[in-house]
Amino acid sequence: METFSLLAQGFAVALTPTTLMLAVAGCIIGTMVGALPGLGPSNGVAILIPLAFSLGLDATEALILMTSVYYGAMYGGRISSILLNIPGDEPALMTTLDGYPMAKAGRASDALVLSGVASFVGAMLATVGLMLLAPMLARVAYLFGPSEYFALYLLAFSTLGGIASNNQRKAALAACIGLAIAMIGLDNSTGMSRFTGGNLHLMDGVDFLVAIVGLFAVSEVFIFIESHGKSSAIGVKLESITVPVKDIIRCTGTMLRSTIIGFIAGILPGAGASLGSFLAYMAEKSFVRDNSGFGKGDPRGVAAPEAGNNAAAGGALVPMLTLGVPGSGTTAVLLALLMTLNITPGPLLFTERPEVVWGLMAALLIANIVLLILNVPMVRIFVKVLSVPPRILLPGVCMVSFVGIYSLSGSYFDLVLMILFGLLGYFLRKLSVPTVPIILGILLGNHMEDSLRRAMVLSGGDWKYLFQSGIAIGFWVAAVVGFVAPVFLRRFIKKPQAHAD
Amino acid sequence: MSDRLFGLIVLIGSVAYFMAAANIPTGFLVDPVGPKVFPRIVAGVAALCALLIILNPDEEPTWPRGGVWLNLAIALAVLVAYAYTLKPLGFLIPTAVAAGVLSYQIQARLVAAIVTGLALSGGLFIIFKFALGLSLFPVPRSWMG
Repeated sequence: METFSLLAQGFAVALTPTTLMLAVAGCIIGTMVGALPGLGPSNGVAILIPLAFSLGLDATEALILMTSVYYGAMYGGRISSILLNIPGDEPALMTTLDGYPMAKAGRASDALVLSGVASFVGAMLATVGLMLLAPMLARVAYLFGPSEYFALYLLAFSTLGGIASNNQRKAALAACIGLAIAMIGLDNSTGMSRFTGGNLHLMDGVDFLVAIVGLFAVSEVFIFIESHGKSSAIGVKLESITVPVKDIIRCTGTMLRSTIIGFIAGILPGAGASLGSFLAYMAEKSFVRDNSGFGKGDPRGVAAPEAGNNAAAGGALVPMLTLGVPGSGTTAVLLALLMTLNITPGPLLFTERPEVVWGLMAALLIANIVLLILNVPMVRIFVKVLSVPPRILLPGVCMVSFVGIYSLSGSYFDLVLMILFGLLGYFLRKLSVPTVPIILGILLGNHMEDSLRRAMVLSGGDWKYLFQSGIAIGFWVAAVVGFVAPVFLRRFIKKPQAHAD
Repeated sequence: MSDRLFGLIVLIGSVAYFMAAANIPTGFLVDPVGPKVFPRIVAGVAALCALLIILNPDEEPTWPRGGVWLNLAIALAVLVAYAYTLKPLGFLIPTAVAAGVLSYQIQARLVAAIVTGLALSGGLFIIFKFALGLSLFPVPRSWMG
């Protein structure tokens, strides 16, 4: 009952004209961001954050705008997967496997509608799950002391490096690079400068927004220059939009199963939506008796990854809001937003700022309905967006990033730093070093160090203290297993690659 | 080869980082861990990863060929120049030039690039200035009297 009254308060926040307008605008922008290949959800949200500040929004409004963009991007990613065989964002990779063959067989509209409905089911149920689970987890989180938090941060890095990447060495290294960057600036407890090289600009540390926009958005420009923006003409024709009622009914079970799998995958710190859609697809493929159609345009192969992907997107908000540990690249960017807004996620957020939490949840419910309308009857508009060529899109993204960062800090130093991060991001991506652990490292580095130091102050320097509570030991075990197990599992579960046309 | 070189750079970097941690001044209030330990752990793990990468490198990535490096270098130079001219020269001119050059580097179509540059510069200015209310100067301040 308590949940309902809190949610009612949330709707009071979310149903004001300004917030409602922001949610709708966020949904539209998000679907576009998701649909455009070359503009993923993390860099889409990242370049919009500085602009959201310049609008002078308060914390709740900014958060609602950005999470609507986040949810929208998760819906939009499927559009280019289905029509172009190019995933609009990383989690949508699995949707290409059956979505594109289905579209080529002349069922593009069926695939778009079915995947839109699947996205809606996944996202809606995950939002409900978020409302039920987050307050419970927030209560558990009160039990966490510094040693538990230290182990939890470690868990986030190790699941990110273990499950979500192909190369543990490189993912771990990326996390270290991020942590090393986070150490730059003034030390929290002694107030002395560290690794600044006497540079005054570095005293405040490296702003994570600068790093995020550089690594995600600016590096994308270099990637596209290298590929010379090979134009992606729409390969399949989109006939009139009809609702494939039969397929939707046939896929109900698929959607529900995939939602559960995706939601759980999303909650795991560090795993996120890509893992959600991957697991949902693989599980569905092995669950159904007749799976010979998978990979050739089976509707269930379209519904499963989309429900899983959107459910994971909702699930990833659970650890982000309750523990301050993001579950994916985009939630890491949302965490950066919270930190910049001076909101500390965690159990206190639920008791001290309930209007932020419940306003957000109510807004997500509204956003889902808006997104269903945008992505099923109005999907044609977003199909048009796909014809924006990279030679216009990428310079545009780049200019928006510059102005955004410039409006935030007004310093040349940050702009040049952003370009350097862009260059670094380009080389790291060529060497297949994942960039998300770097972001996570920069975001969590100081918290991780603080929790270690606080734990050692409490225990008087006894390292055994880190392993003294059951929760902490559980996290340590999960961290080791999460990092090591994929090495053995990889032999059995191979990530299917997008097939050539 | 690329992986080995990358590993070597990281290895040297992490050793340097480890050494640099020695120079961090410790304050009067010293906790048992102090400001040096965590950076050193990070540097140690990074060095270990770098060694593993050197010993067990991935397949060579496909690097761009000669001409593309030039495209990338031009793009980089333009971005740095843009960073430094955005304030003194106002928004419109640097943005048009930078967007146009970037567009040309992505796809070598001259007219399309010029149009892209002009349109992005004008369009973004209207959005930033009037929809978002950023305080941007369209042209150098000296021109506006």
